[in-house]
Amino acid sequence: MFSFCTDPQSLDGLPWLACYLTTGKHMAFYASFGTVLILLAITAPVALAFGFLGATAARARFRPLAWLGKGYIAIVRGVPDIAFFLFFVIALDQAFEWIRHKIKCPDWDQPIRQGNDFVVCPAAKLPLSTSPQIWHEIYGFFLAVLTFAIVYGAFSANVLYGAMRAVPKAQLETAEAYGMTPRQTFWRILVPQMWIYALPGLSNLWMILIKATPLLFLLGVEDIVYWARELGAAKQARFSDYPHGDWRMWYFLALLIFYLAFTKLSEVVLARVTARLSHGQATLGGTGRSAAP
Amino acid sequence: MLKKLIAAATALAMGAGVALAASHSMTVRMGTEGAYPPYNFINDKGEVDGFERELGDELCRRANLTCEWVTNDWDSIIPNLVSGNYDTIIAGMSVTEERDQVIDFTEEYIPASPSAYVKLAGRDVDLENGVIAAQTGTIQANYVANSGATLVEYATPDETIAAVRNGEADAVLADKDYLAPIVEESNGELEFAGEVRIGGGVAMGIRESDQELKEKFNAAIRSMKEDGSLNALLKKWFGDEAPQW
Repeated sequence: MFSFCTDPQSLDGLPWLACYLTTGKHMAFYASFGTVLILLAITAPVALAFGFLGATAARARFRPLAWLGKGYIAIVRGVPDIAFFLFFVIALDQAFEWIRHKIKCPDWDQPIRQGNDFVVCPAAKLPLSTSPQIWHEIYGFFLAVLTFAIVYGAFSANVLYGAMRAVPKAQLETAEAYGMTPRQTFWRILVPQMWIYALPGLSNLWMILIKATPLLFLLGVEDIVYWARELGAAKQARFSDYPHGDWRMWYFLALLIFYLAFTKLSEVVLARVTARLSHGQATLGGTGRSAAP
Repeated sequence: MLKKLIAAATALAMGAGVALAASHSMTVRMGTEGAYPPYNFINDKGEVDGFERELGDELCRRANLTCEWVTNDWDSIIPNLVSGNYDTIIAGMSVTEERDQVIDFTEEYIPASPSAYVKLAGRDVDLENGVIAAQTGTIQANYVANSGATLVEYATPDETIAAVRNGEADAVLADKDYLAPIVEESNGELEFAGEVRIGGGVAMGIRESDQELKEKFNAAIRSMKEDGSLNALLKKWFGDEAPQW
């Protein structure tokens, strides 16, 4: 990176550190923070959407739909995350490839399961094995988002389901008395008022989601914990221009600071959102503000 | 047009039978661990490097394949090969019977070489009943588990060394070629405590349904053995005393 970095062995102190911290490997480490933040930015709304659908389905009058919603919540909440990430992702990937296989290669006569191997026709591979590495990474990232969304969606569905039931019944009856249709009541009265009840539960989920990202490496996405571990591992002079001992402690310390700072930021934002949603609500947080003389 | 192409490719594949089934394209994805120098590691630039990187690139050149390097946890390196996330394992993997039941191996490219124990210098260690560190899912872990010693397993090779340094384990058992540079550069802090011979040589792992790819790599490995370039590589990465072909 810097011009004086050509011969790191001759450096020490700050110049050495400056060179060390700007190696290609460290750049990949810094970039992985971006990966994690992007993952969170995409996963959170998608999971919330899954949750909203799940909760709406669970309280539907149409029985099979309600069973579907409740089944989704119960099953996903009951299975350990790690099992989901190990089993579900491979299953999901194979399901996608199997569907593509059925569409693209109807004449294929080889079995798909050959002993331990899962073999689909080349055109059904996802991504195609000829596509550049970046597509494989994007696909892995996509699978990660989907899995996170399904898992966290189930938890948030349960939170939202509870929140929808916490809205005072009088509010809904009044809406009905005004002649609103059930659909209007749902969107205009129930949904805007439920968020304040859902927020504590959702903020917990957000905090847990932030810390769950190391599960990414199980999917082949190289996240911050993978790089911290790799960079912190002892390096020998013959394999690296920057030999050092076991520095994992320092790298994990940096991660600790990152996670704490991110948690603090989240708390500040969540506190503001809470204040905003409480406004005018018939709750202690809401009335405390608006009822003051 | 595309449909026709696919149809033609399918017809071709069907004609050639299973062999062609998985050697679909000219791009071969090489799966490695990237944490086991000198076999394979991530260099300062963040790229896969080491003996197997150089070997793999040369093999692909000889077999006329385009190769793409992928890193994967050691733990799940076989399941991900079998489910098709990459096409080969080239990660210092010794040929064993258990692994051979799940995947196929090419010809060996590193002759069987010894494993070794490493301990803190000057420490008395009971290798038969002590606490021995090894990486999960390796032949060494298997050996320790059957030896009567207490096995502590770690996900990465680096952690097994750290365990010895901080006293969690009395000694570590790993490939001698992996341990040698670490002992040499430890300023006398670590020393060898004995050697054992376990497992066969090192070979590439390939899906059982991928016979054609296996044959291509076999031919390339054989040609490298014949013209002495494989021996030169072994010497370069494992030192002058490395066993040769």
